[in-house]
Amino acid sequence: MNKIKSLDDLRKMKQNLEHEMNIREKSNEPESLVQIRVAMATCGIASGARTVMNTLVEKIEKDKIPAVVTQGGCMGYCYAEPTIEVKVPGKDPVVFGNVDSQRAIDILEKYVVNGELLEGIIPTNYQTINEKK
Amino acid sequence: MAQFKMHLLVCGGTGCRASQSEIIVENLKSEIKNLGLENDAQVVITGCFGFCEKGPIVKIVPDNTFYTQVKPEDCAEIVREHILKGRKVKRLLYEDPETQKHIEDSKHMNFYQKQIRIALRNCGFIDPENIDEYIARDGYAALGNIITGMSPQEAIDIMKKSGLRGRGGGGFPTGIKWEIASKNKADQKYVVCNADEGDPGAFMDRSILEGDPHSVIEAMAICGYCIGATKGIVYIRAEYPLAIKRLKIAARQSRAYGLLGQDILGSGFSFDIELRYGAGAFVCGEETALIKSMEGLRGEPTVKPPFPAEKGYLGKPTNVNNVETFANVPAIFLKGAEWFSSIGTAKSKGTKVFALAGKINNVGLIEVPMGITLREVIFEIGGGIKDGKKFKAVQTGGPSGGCLTEKHLDTPIDFDNLIAAGSMMGSGGMIVMDEDDCMVSVAKFYLEFTVEESCGKCAPCRIGNKRLHEILEKICSGKGVEADIDYLKNLSRVIKDTALCGLGQTSPNPVLSTIECGACYEKCKFTAIHVQ
Repeated sequence: MNKIKSLDDLRKMKQNLEHEMNIREKSNEPESLVQIRVAMATCGIASGARTVMNTLVEKIEKDKIPAVVTQGGCMGYCYAEPTIEVKVPGKDPVVFGNVDSQRAIDILEKYVVNGELLEGIIPTNYQTINEKK
Repeated sequence: MAQFKMHLLVCGGTGCRASQSEIIVENLKSEIKNLGLENDAQVVITGCFGFCEKGPIVKIVPDNTFYTQVKPEDCAEIVREHILKGRKVKRLLYEDPETQKHIEDSKHMNFYQKQIRIALRNCGFIDPENIDEYIARDGYAALGNIITGMSPQEAIDIMKKSGLRGRGGGGFPTGIKWEIASKNKADQKYVVCNADEGDPGAFMDRSILEGDPHSVIEAMAICGYCIGATKGIVYIRAEYPLAIKRLKIAARQSRAYGLLGQDILGSGFSFDIELRYGAGAFVCGEETALIKSMEGLRGEPTVKPPFPAEKGYLGKPTNVNNVETFANVPAIFLKGAEWFSSIGTAKSKGTKVFALAGKINNVGLIEVPMGITLREVIFEIGGGIKDGKKFKAVQTGGPSGGCLTEKHLDTPIDFDNLIAAGSMMGSGGMIVMDEDDCMVSVAKFYLEFTVEESCGKCAPCRIGNKRLHEILEKICSGKGVEADIDYLKNLSRVIKDTALCGLGQTSPNPVLSTIECGACYEKCKFTAIHVQ
């Protein structure tokens, strides 16, 4: 271990270290972040969900996008795997199907950052029978 | 290096370790390795999450899944299901005692919703044995800012403005304490951290030292700069081996980074700490007795004045603060005195850590804003009384406190309100009693404790408490008469007025508050009828 010689060194060190804690810091306030859930059931993994997840995590980290990626179980859209669900604070969740790495980046750049909608959205309904009027 | 997608936080506090959390860590790591997920998930040992009732705890972030009562054999399933496939292991999730529903996310647990974590900000969040994680959360930044850009008096003024009061029980304003110590001139001064946590059922200081030792070290250095001391001593009880181990590791890491030692961050300020072990005498938590014990003498209190701030350890000005008090300090300097004093009540600022115990659903460690009511603590955070029984009383303040009953449930908790209600804040133990528990027996238990722990130096404490205990014994065995109660009251008053130190001055409190609640009368009447 090298000695920290000044306050500036301490601050630099903090900046280098904080990204490793990012994932924990983000979990402290998930509601204020864009929450992205990747369907990670067997069929999802087989069609490349893990690569998609890696791409998302790396891109978010690199561009410092205020989003957090979690993994979920099967969402039921087996025909369109890999699928991801994106929940922007204050909006209804949107599910994207047939997501590969390139599309994952598009979704982040266009939908998450700029709010533009993209092709390939799976129509979903989050209401249950009881809530329907 | 690939970015981890998940962190598995495993509680490494004394409670969870006792239920095999170390093996859980090993099993999680090996299963992650088996499945080739080393680059996806990281296992971290943290301090206490506070939810000791259902330990061992494994929390998975970023989705905040909160697994309770995890056993070593559950680890493979957690990794295979949750980490690999994103399916939560339902049977290990926390079940809400009221609705019987599994709660997937710790943000939605009643236990955490009303808590504000300042002193416990890093407990259950960082690895206490890794200084880098503390630095990543702004650790040592407060110290750095102060020693390079502030005069001691400016820093003391911030402390005074924050309104922080001593968390060891007395509630003396910390800023004023520092100011007095700083004004006394001497060639050597000392900062002492009182980690001699002795109240039965209290474990907040231990949890802070186990979960976030650097916050205490940083605060001691800040205090040293403010009062002009270069030496710090942590007086910690030998019964806390894990806290001692983590504190030693933390001090070693700080020294290696030059955050303790000579010329810290090039500021010219030097400070270092050492550890002293207490042998477990309750009276040594009293600051003058603590200092005597550190000097190698019998742990007996001395008359104040002189206060330690004038003549303390080895006759030099000494500032003694409790662990939890110190843990608040870096946060106050980082976020500002206004932020801190915006939390709490008019005269009690900030938060307080309580150890919930007894007949309550969620036993554990909580940190709540001052001014919260007992009802919120017991029925919302604590999840209500065990087995659907009725609430009878809650004992606060340990051997120096008293019982609060139904009529106090809506009293806002702060230093002054608790004293007005006949109890006190104490170090923060809360023992909840249900309808079947006997308050007189609880008072008797505490008296037994005081009689045992009295140092014997002054007669009121040595003899008076013994007599109090005998009368309680008589009442509990069914031979009490109402005249005994007057005797108890008188004797209690005499002890309070004449005892030498805080131990004796507060030891009759459990008795007086029990009389106040009417429990002694009931017991006497009940037994009188019974005997007839």
